[in-house]
Amino acid sequence: MGNRFKKTAKPIQTASIPKVKNAREKRKKMIKRGLPIYLMLLPGVLYFLIFNYGPLIGLTVAFMEYDPFQGFLNSEWVGLEHFRRLFEERIFLDLLSNTLILGIYDIIFYFPAPIILALLLNEIRLRWFKSSVQTILYTPHFVSWVVIVGITAVLFSTQTGAVNNLLENNGYNRIELLTDSQYFRPLWVIHNIWNGMGWDAIIYLAAMSSVNPELYHAARVDGASRIQMTWHITLPSIMYVVIIMLILRMGGFMDLSYTHILLLQNPLNLNVSEVFDTYIYRAGILGGQFGYTTAVGLFKSMVGLILVMVANTIAKRMGKEGVY
Amino acid sequence: MSKFKLNEDKLFSFFVYFLITVITILVALPLVYVLGGSLAPRSEFVTRNFFLIPKEISLDAYKYLFNSSEFLNALKNSIIITGIGTFINMLFTTLMAYGLSKRWLVGRSIINFMVLFTMLFSGGMIPLYLIVNNLGLLDSYWSIWLVGAISPFYLIVMRGLFGNIPDELEEAAKMDGCGEWRLLFSIALPLARPAMATFTIFYIVSHWNSYFDAILYLHDQDKMPLQVLLRRLIIMEEDFFDPHIADIAFSQAVPLAAIIITIVPLIIIFPFFQKYFNKGFLLGSVKD
Repeated sequence: MGNRFKKTAKPIQTASIPKVKNAREKRKKMIKRGLPIYLMLLPGVLYFLIFNYGPLIGLTVAFMEYDPFQGFLNSEWVGLEHFRRLFEERIFLDLLSNTLILGIYDIIFYFPAPIILALLLNEIRLRWFKSSVQTILYTPHFVSWVVIVGITAVLFSTQTGAVNNLLENNGYNRIELLTDSQYFRPLWVIHNIWNGMGWDAIIYLAAMSSVNPELYHAARVDGASRIQMTWHITLPSIMYVVIIMLILRMGGFMDLSYTHILLLQNPLNLNVSEVFDTYIYRAGILGGQFGYTTAVGLFKSMVGLILVMVANTIAKRMGKEGVY
Repeated sequence: MSKFKLNEDKLFSFFVYFLITVITILVALPLVYVLGGSLAPRSEFVTRNFFLIPKEISLDAYKYLFNSSEFLNALKNSIIITGIGTFINMLFTTLMAYGLSKRWLVGRSIINFMVLFTMLFSGGMIPLYLIVNNLGLLDSYWSIWLVGAISPFYLIVMRGLFGNIPDELEEAAKMDGCGEWRLLFSIALPLARPAMATFTIFYIVSHWNSYFDAILYLHDQDKMPLQVLLRRLIIMEEDFFDPHIADIAFSQAVPLAAIIITIVPLIIIFPFFQKYFNKGFLLGSVKD
């Protein structure tokens, strides 16, 4: 089969006079050559059409009073009614501010953690120590949110939790970590650090491994200490990766892990923990307000898209100029 | 080089090792506690407030769980969801990635764009739910298997890997009368084996850990996977087990043992993961 293609391919390249006809013929040949490939693409393309583009068409529900019994075709059109309702609801400002505050917590407390960890790990010379420490540090990345929240619940259980026992024995009060709303945000950040710090350090370590060793040699000759080398060579060398990661992270801050938040939620902390996706789940899936929550989701996706596009544009510009 | 500098270096080095050790212990501590507690007898929770290593080892909590039909059923469900789900993931992702790695393919750029666009903008939870509902997939594992059949990110990385296979190799295989399907299975896949192993493990982990898909698309309690049961057991503190399972009493060790059983499959695949996953793989694939 392959032989035939090779033979036919050559004359097409050399003959140049009947251009249009040849181009069309070539295209036909290429399509024919691609037949087995199209067969391979079929399941994937169908998947994307049904489960990714289907919902895009389904977004029309945002402009309907969707009734599951009437279906897509017979439900009543309501125009922008759902959007008006969203902007008028009191919860809208809560959702926005909760998302924004969690995003700020994330940037301030989570974002530096893997960078600091990578800088520390980069100073470790003992191979076995480094690799075993790294293994332990990225294990939590493979632990599910249910288990993470579950371990927290066991440790801080009000009656029997081990940490609470420890606190009480040392003369402190037992704390209601999961139900008291003041602990929600710090706990959320600590979970994220435990879960992602070791894993996210990998990308910074990779960036550090590509720093030119000549720089360190030269610095050593000049009598620089290791702390000076970290500060003046390692950190500036990875700065562009840091900035790109920062921009991308800010671009994605509408996409909080709602599985995690949903698991941490209870009626007592909803005022600080409700974000767009958890609200959509509660009001849409549990409450049956499909049209309204589709509109909420569309609003969220639009804001997310704008943020990501702005972030990407900035990151691209930085990528060109920001490299040391 | 001054003596002061050397001392400063030593101090810095000591500080780094110390800090890393503390961080590592803090990260490991919760898991160590869970493991220790899961192996402790009931009495130990009464006499000791906090312990990492039990004085006596008892497997009662594990016996309790493996005697509970609810727990065994959830474990079975998780294995079915993960097994078949990962197979579908790998089949769909590999075929599509291989197809899209062909630069000469007519229509390639349209499909590539189609994939990229989904990473930027999605219809969201509700329209997807309505689609799944209209397809009659609710309360069936097919909803979970199909909704996440392809991760666009893995697809793009995999496409880059297949694209790295030298054209000469492909031409030589074609000369020998190799069709595209054989090319994929006898040349491309064996060449990309470490990466394939890594993707398989990522898919396994995400199925095994997934919780939200299950509560979204499944209603029948008998179909729920381990993660959902775990949440009911620990976070909701629901006591849904039969009161007298084979004479073994419920103790505080039971939720801890359930956590350990949930994590164990990940610990089993971890050595494989370490074997295949390294910085080289990550960098090499992202660059493309």
